[in-house]
Amino acid sequence: MMILSGDPPRSRALSILLVVIVLALLATPFIFPGAKALNVAAKICIFAALVASYDLLLGYTGSVSFAHTMFYGIGSYAIAIALYGLGPNWTSVAAAVAAGLPLALLLALAIGLFSLRVEAIFFAMITLAVASAFLVLASQLSWLTGGEDGRSFQLPELLRPGTVFIGKEWFGFTVNGRILTYYLVFFACALMILALLRVVNSPFGRVLQAIRENRFRAEALGFRTVFHLTYANCIAAMIAASAGMLNALWLRYAGPDTSLSFSIMLDILLMVVIGGMGTIYGAIIGAAIFILAQNYLQALMSIASTAAADAGLPLLPGLLHPDRWLLWLGLLFIASVYFFPTGVVGRLRSKPGSSR
Amino acid sequence: MSEIAATDALPKPKRDIAPLLLPVVLALLMIPLIGSESSWVTLTVASLAMGMMIFIMASGLTLVFGLMDVLNFGHGAFIAVGAYVATLVLLPLASWAQADSLLTNLAVLVPAALLSMGVTGALGLVVERVLVLPVYGQHLKQILMTTGGLIVAEQTLYALFGPQIIPLPLPTAFRGSFILGDVAISKYRLLALLIGLVIFIAIELVLNRTKIGLLIRAGVENREMVEALGYRIRRLFLGVFMTGSALAGLGGVMWGLYREQVHASIGDELTVLVFIVVIIGGLGSITGCFIGAILVAMVANYGGFLVPKLALVSNILLMVAVLMWRPRGLYAVTSR
Repeated sequence: MMILSGDPPRSRALSILLVVIVLALLATPFIFPGAKALNVAAKICIFAALVASYDLLLGYTGSVSFAHTMFYGIGSYAIAIALYGLGPNWTSVAAAVAAGLPLALLLALAIGLFSLRVEAIFFAMITLAVASAFLVLASQLSWLTGGEDGRSFQLPELLRPGTVFIGKEWFGFTVNGRILTYYLVFFACALMILALLRVVNSPFGRVLQAIRENRFRAEALGFRTVFHLTYANCIAAMIAASAGMLNALWLRYAGPDTSLSFSIMLDILLMVVIGGMGTIYGAIIGAAIFILAQNYLQALMSIASTAAADAGLPLLPGLLHPDRWLLWLGLLFIASVYFFPTGVVGRLRSKPGSSR
Repeated sequence: MSEIAATDALPKPKRDIAPLLLPVVLALLMIPLIGSESSWVTLTVASLAMGMMIFIMASGLTLVFGLMDVLNFGHGAFIAVGAYVATLVLLPLASWAQADSLLTNLAVLVPAALLSMGVTGALGLVVERVLVLPVYGQHLKQILMTTGGLIVAEQTLYALFGPQIIPLPLPTAFRGSFILGDVAISKYRLLALLIGLVIFIAIELVLNRTKIGLLIRAGVENREMVEALGYRIRRLFLGVFMTGSALAGLGGVMWGLYREQVHASIGDELTVLVFIVVIIGGLGSITGCFIGAILVAMVANYGGFLVPKLALVSNILLMVAVLMWRPRGLYAVTSR
């Protein structure tokens, strides 16, 4: 219980689901062979941490930010630029961390102090504007960021796939730098999620929830709501930047499409809503469901699209085309906000039989 | 203390003209910086025309927010839909649009604009009923629902029209420019300027001289009191929402013609711009929105001319500067 900060899943089905997901992620390199499974697992880990940090904002303080990918991108680009410019060694990684995290922190502080004093809606609009400016900036400053192409780079020696620690002849599979990187990602993300659980269950987290429920009242009780919201924004930004760093390390690449684009922001929103806002655990469930669907359902869509085209149906092939995946996602998003505002976690936690 | 008799006229609210002067001062300041007078005139006309188009798109959004506290994150979808609907008329009738006669050009342009406004207005009705009504009064869900609506609309446009950029050439009569001395003023920009001014004046007249306008302004200030007096503010709101959507559609047509191309991503692109304008102007204020739109366009045009690199973040800088001066926007209407 200590490790979960006294906030257990509170539902048997949910606990089982979480244990299954975590164990599957832990064992992925050994039970699911192939690069794709490992990629999917790493992406689930990274997004679980990213979405959990977003949940701190959306679920616990009730403020909608559209700038979360900006912080994610800052982390990604920090690693990419450092490793590209300073060469593939651990000093560059340290330099990236030392430059990226403070940058994310300062930016979050500035945005927070500037826009969190008033309505939630104001914050949403300003973050949207700042994030879009940042996206343009990142794709225009090509001498630094590589523009639309992004930056590919080499990892430090230890993390390269060529570095073999245990050969195939020992247990029947190779343990190489790639697998080490995967576990680095896994444990770093687990640590971040546990840290977030600690934050939301601290007195500070309780104040955030109070602000979400009734800001005026929280202020009347003597809490300086602007500072609390700004701190929450800063914590979320730092974790998002860290997740971005892990993402860059895993992909060995950082570019606008993988780390900054608006569609990632939508993915994050969707994962929070599907998993359940204000639960942290929802982030793990949401990320797992969403990324599995993204990677394996698109194939299904393409089959359906071809089938519809063969049958000569009008319009359907276009609508079912894998590129139109976001369309169905959007519909799912609206439906889940409308019908399941509490998400999977909320559903599982509510007692069977009662409607809420 | 002097006594106030009941027959005295109510004290007039103080006129706040400082924001009105802002664009004028900015434009005048730019004369020495830009140097050449002819480029200054061209840039100023360009920014006024661009400002009008942005104003047309943003006006609905600011009223909807002011009146019902609903912020539509999917407003950009109406802009994109408007532009696409116009292509449905303008492209099949391209021969009319390219004919060398003003009347024939108008005969295709006006129906295209009207059809766009009709479709986006109807779409506004659907969006209001399906997406906004169920989550009325809950900001968080509103933002989420309308963002979802934006994705669905954009993806549907991709599915129906394909992902490619659709070229949308200007009708012949509006191509080229008038030459006055060494100043060239593009005809289409003048047209945009004219339409924008007409719409601004029309909105101001409706708001200030009619009963509906009175109710809207009263609703912006205190919704509950208007309801208590027995007016069905929901219906009023629906009307404003549909009008705002139709105006966004018109703005989309104008923007598409201005850029001479249409793509579904203009929705995203312009949403950000429109938001900045609405924030700068003060949520709920039409005059503020008008000035905000001109300011944003001026900064984009002058900035793009003087320091091209700055143009990327100039809007954000403008927003920060305005909010430092007036934290609730140029004209704060609502108490929210």
